[in-house]
Amino acid sequence: MKILVAVKRVIDYNVQIRVKEDGSGVHTDNVKMSTNPPDDNAVEESVKLKESGKVKEVVAISIGEDKAQESIRKALAVGADKGIHVKADSYIEPLGIAKILKKIVEKEKPDMVFLGKQAIDDDCNQTGQMLGAMLNWPQATFSSKLNIKEKSLEVVREIDEGLETLEINLPAIVTCDLRLNEPRFASLPNIMKAKKKPMELLNAKDMGVDLKNRIEQLKVEEPPKRKAGIKVANVAELVSKLKNEAKVI
Amino acid sequence: MSVLLIAEHDNSKLKPFTFNAITAASKIDPDVHVLIAGTSCENVSKETANIPLVKKVLVCDSPNYQNYLPENLAPLVIKVSEKYDHIVASANTFGKNFMPRVAAALDVSQVSDIIKVIGPDTFVRPIYAGNAFATVKSNDKKRCITIRPTSFDAAEKSGGSAPIEKVEAVDIPSTSKFIKREETKSERPELGTARIVVSGGRGLESGDNFKLINDIADKLNAAVGASRAAVDAGYISNDHQVGQTGKVVVPDLYIAVGISGAIQHLAGMKESKIIVAINKDGEAPIFSVADYGLEADLFTALPEFLAELNKLNTIQK
Repeated sequence: MKILVAVKRVIDYNVQIRVKEDGSGVHTDNVKMSTNPPDDNAVEESVKLKESGKVKEVVAISIGEDKAQESIRKALAVGADKGIHVKADSYIEPLGIAKILKKIVEKEKPDMVFLGKQAIDDDCNQTGQMLGAMLNWPQATFSSKLNIKEKSLEVVREIDEGLETLEINLPAIVTCDLRLNEPRFASLPNIMKAKKKPMELLNAKDMGVDLKNRIEQLKVEEPPKRKAGIKVANVAELVSKLKNEAKVI
Repeated sequence: MSVLLIAEHDNSKLKPFTFNAITAASKIDPDVHVLIAGTSCENVSKETANIPLVKKVLVCDSPNYQNYLPENLAPLVIKVSEKYDHIVASANTFGKNFMPRVAAALDVSQVSDIIKVIGPDTFVRPIYAGNAFATVKSNDKKRCITIRPTSFDAAEKSGGSAPIEKVEAVDIPSTSKFIKREETKSERPELGTARIVVSGGRGLESGDNFKLINDIADKLNAAVGASRAAVDAGYISNDHQVGQTGKVVVPDLYIAVGISGAIQHLAGMKESKIIVAINKDGEAPIFSVADYGLEADLFTALPEFLAELNKLNTIQK
């Protein structure tokens, strides 16, 4: 069995986002970047499945500028076998990303594509499901537990009401949240070894798919700021304010 | 042209967020049609027909849709959507699951999680966990949109009488099988729709100490929330999590106890009407969004808070 795991390089989750004054986007120059957090969980789970003997090969793919290779190298350092970098110099919407991934799936023929449920930059939560529709594969989104059977996957998913268990046929799409596992750190020797692992280089332009963005970003603004509040001295004052001033209790 | 809303329901009644999604849909186009796909869901169609903002109800009653599997639901939505310019659903685990499948099959770039409708093709949506708001214009002919339910008021429930039309089921792929759903049972209001939310963070130090939170919640008829740190530490189950990767809540009153206020958490609660923070670290970022901050040890403050609340007898249900 073979897994294709997709990783995206995004602004690090600890960075305080700063909106550009001209409304054209957010500042990304000299800002710390890292792999989208749930994508790390997807890599970790893929590697764990390989270690358990149920999976033979893990291929990590990233689509983006040259530095996206850092996210691929990180996946290789924790145990992925091979990387694929599809170079793209500008933003591609999830629809276009899914089209590129479909091309890669047709070539690599994985039994499963693993992705984080959502990227923390554009917060779209679309790519996995879109790829599922394009390939006509079943999906399990927001997975928190995975059990590989012979020709299917049993997946526990996190839904608003609690948990849902599905059995989906392979090949399949799985997306995950942060609670699926605890991603490991790569050791220095493994980081060195990862540099020798194969990385295939492709270009989004040569994939033969329509990548034209359909959504125009007219402006990006800071969200309205909350008015500064007050500190209360004690619990009695707090309750009095809530009752008499805010009138919420 | 009309807008098609895909209703979330449990085959006996509509889920609360569907009412918010209907309001949003009516701002895109007043001619709102609602698709109910389910099994023995007659009551849901009647309930929907009573909503004044709904102009037509389409019902597809078939075993194919009992468990809302996206592989089954998406082909039906695609077929029904032929006559519509807009397909909308709530941006919760229901809408997020199936809508991108519909969009991809129609070759449409989905607009996710909108918080404001500017016009039929222009919307505002949060990006970077709500740290920026993007105004976007969709240039697709057909538009697939998911709606952040807490950003829109719930639609009126009665007074309407929309016609109900039947829709034929379509073939399903049978590549996925529903096994079971374990719903978290609670006597308290649902986190996503509660008027008051009391949340605990890592400061609680243990799952047992969440009793302090629960007691306050019971007194205020509030839902119980938690920060990701508290969930990750195993103090409380993940369906209580408020934040970027959990639920986004907009209650009248949000009480954050022992929560430092990571960006991730703020994304899920900072639109609340009144925010209270109780934390012993006076420098905690949560105080920067709090209307009322109390710098105190929660283990003494919470019992005092409960005692003060017990003195009041005006708690609204």
